[in-house]
Amino acid sequence: MRNYHGGVILAIDSSAGASVAVLDADGVRAQWRTAETTTHAEVLAEAVALTMRDAEATGAGLRGVVVGVGPGPFTGLRVGLALAQSLAEVWGVALYGVCSLDSLAQRAVNQPADSGTSTSHEFLVASDARRREVYWARYRAEPQGFAELLEGPRVSAASELPELPVVGVGASLYPQDLAARGTAESHWLPDAVELGQLAQRRLGQIPEPQRRGEPAATAVGAGLLEPLPLYLRESDAKVPAHMRAKQTS
Amino acid sequence: MSETLSARRAPLVLGIETSCDETGIGIVRGTELLANTVASSMEEHVRFGGVIPEIAARAHLEAFLPTLREALETAGIELHEVDAIAVTSGPGLSGALMVGLSAAKGLALAADKPLYGVNHLVAHVGVGLLEPHANSHGDSHGNPSGHRAEGPDAEPDAEPEPEPGGMRRLPENTGALLVSGGHTEILRVGSLTSDVELLGSTIDDAAGEAFDKTARLLGLGYPGGPAIDAAAVAGDPHAFRFPRGLTMPKFEGSAQTPGKHRHNWSFSGLKTAVARAVEQFEVAGRPVPVADIAASFQEAVVDVITAKAVRASREHGITTLMLGGGVAANKRLRELLTQRCAEADIELRIPPVSLCTDNGAMVAALGAQLVAAGVTPSSLQIPADSSQPVQRISV
Repeated sequence: MRNYHGGVILAIDSSAGASVAVLDADGVRAQWRTAETTTHAEVLAEAVALTMRDAEATGAGLRGVVVGVGPGPFTGLRVGLALAQSLAEVWGVALYGVCSLDSLAQRAVNQPADSGTSTSHEFLVASDARRREVYWARYRAEPQGFAELLEGPRVSAASELPELPVVGVGASLYPQDLAARGTAESHWLPDAVELGQLAQRRLGQIPEPQRRGEPAATAVGAGLLEPLPLYLRESDAKVPAHMRAKQTS
Repeated sequence: MSETLSARRAPLVLGIETSCDETGIGIVRGTELLANTVASSMEEHVRFGGVIPEIAARAHLEAFLPTLREALETAGIELHEVDAIAVTSGPGLSGALMVGLSAAKGLALAADKPLYGVNHLVAHVGVGLLEPHANSHGDSHGNPSGHRAEGPDAEPDAEPEPEPGGMRRLPENTGALLVSGGHTEILRVGSLTSDVELLGSTIDDAAGEAFDKTARLLGLGYPGGPAIDAAAVAGDPHAFRFPRGLTMPKFEGSAQTPGKHRHNWSFSGLKTAVARAVEQFEVAGRPVPVADIAASFQEAVVDVITAKAVRASREHGITTLMLGGGVAANKRLRELLTQRCAEADIELRIPPVSLCTDNGAMVAALGAQLVAAGVTPSSLQIPADSSQPVQRISV
């Protein structure tokens, strides 16, 4: 990252599979990932411990912790966020959120399609939102080699998305509705390595580290998000009929 | 051994509880309560008439850090000073448990402290060991002066015995009756850290759930416990004879040859009986006698809970019974249990309500016992176990 000249970053994502990466200005020091979607609560903390050890990094020496804020299945997503916020709190370092779909968008720009790039350079990222829907966002490859978010993230039926090439597992789940950019791209999962790289770039645009897990407005302005889950959906709960009757009466 | 010395040796433990709708963080030094901070998402569940797991889990994530900071401030300590982190690993709502568990793992990993995943039900018993902090920090949630149903603390033998290292332990032959929105259990506790046995439990609804459902039927609102308790004051508890579940001889058997459900409860039939009673009045176009039904329902619940708990205690040699869980706030339950324990010569201990409902101090209290007993800490890979049995005191 040309703009990034300081500090080690720990990145965590649990929005689909789960992944951990430790990065510095020279690149990725250590990384870990799993495609399993139902073991985050068990494996993620240990994975962070191992990855930090492999990277020979210390918590208090980090520039910050970066966490994927989804969208993704809620329970797994919260595991990563709860873990990340505890780590940042104890180490006394900043905690930054990055939209997990940005990871796939960046990979799409880093690894251009084999055949015929889209003339508009626009594309979609779509991941599994379960219940016959996808989480998605629209991006553009900008000239400096980064993915620029144009629209989203949103959650909707695959049939309602704009007609653009798609990367992410949404393309393999709904081939009748979505035009995959390629076969490999249809199985991509968000990854902490790219979230860390994106955070490095965005942090490179702002001056000093924000401490104590509260990114200042400058960090948020630079494309870093509050470390809060992007649920995009309300909880499933429906107010029962007898309670509704009472509340309207 | 001086108090100061023993207190200094006792482990300083932070406890985390997120098994239902309370985000609780407590801090204890041995058996001394230093902080008990609780954030509840109860208000958010009111319009649904019950706890919604997804709403509870979302609330835990939001409330965790503010609750942690407040607890540390109340206790006047830094996280780096604690000897261990204890967290409820189950039983409870999975999604809710996972927030606390993952947060606890983060604290343990970052601060390099041992982690103890502990049993929620056993923690409810552990809270009975807590004593007030020498100079109370005025924690509004943690009024530590326990209610002792068997008169004042005149009897020195009734105090928990101090052990080497300044840790108190439960008296011999202790039992615990846990009654809440999620649980109705009677336990025999040989040792908090190594010997807990489930004697009986509900086979369907928890007692607190029965209160919620009946309050709903009677239009009394949520949560049902306080609503029924209040409505029952003006009612006749003998106006209706509602069923006491699993009390037929075929279920109970005898002390020598106990039936399958001798020490178990069932509240689903009671709920149906209340619904029928309400219906009869509605069909006849007569006003529903809400106070009488509430009082009679409450009497049925409390009668069968206390009768079975006291009998199970007698038959298992239990001489000290601890009451825990949110329904411990119910006045009639306290009254009848006090009376029946006295008749059976069982010492009853009821912690203050803030320690009966779900809280982190109880988790910390159990954690401190585990540390003092030299129990091996949990790994960072322990799962949340929504149906963790009581025998699994720590994982």
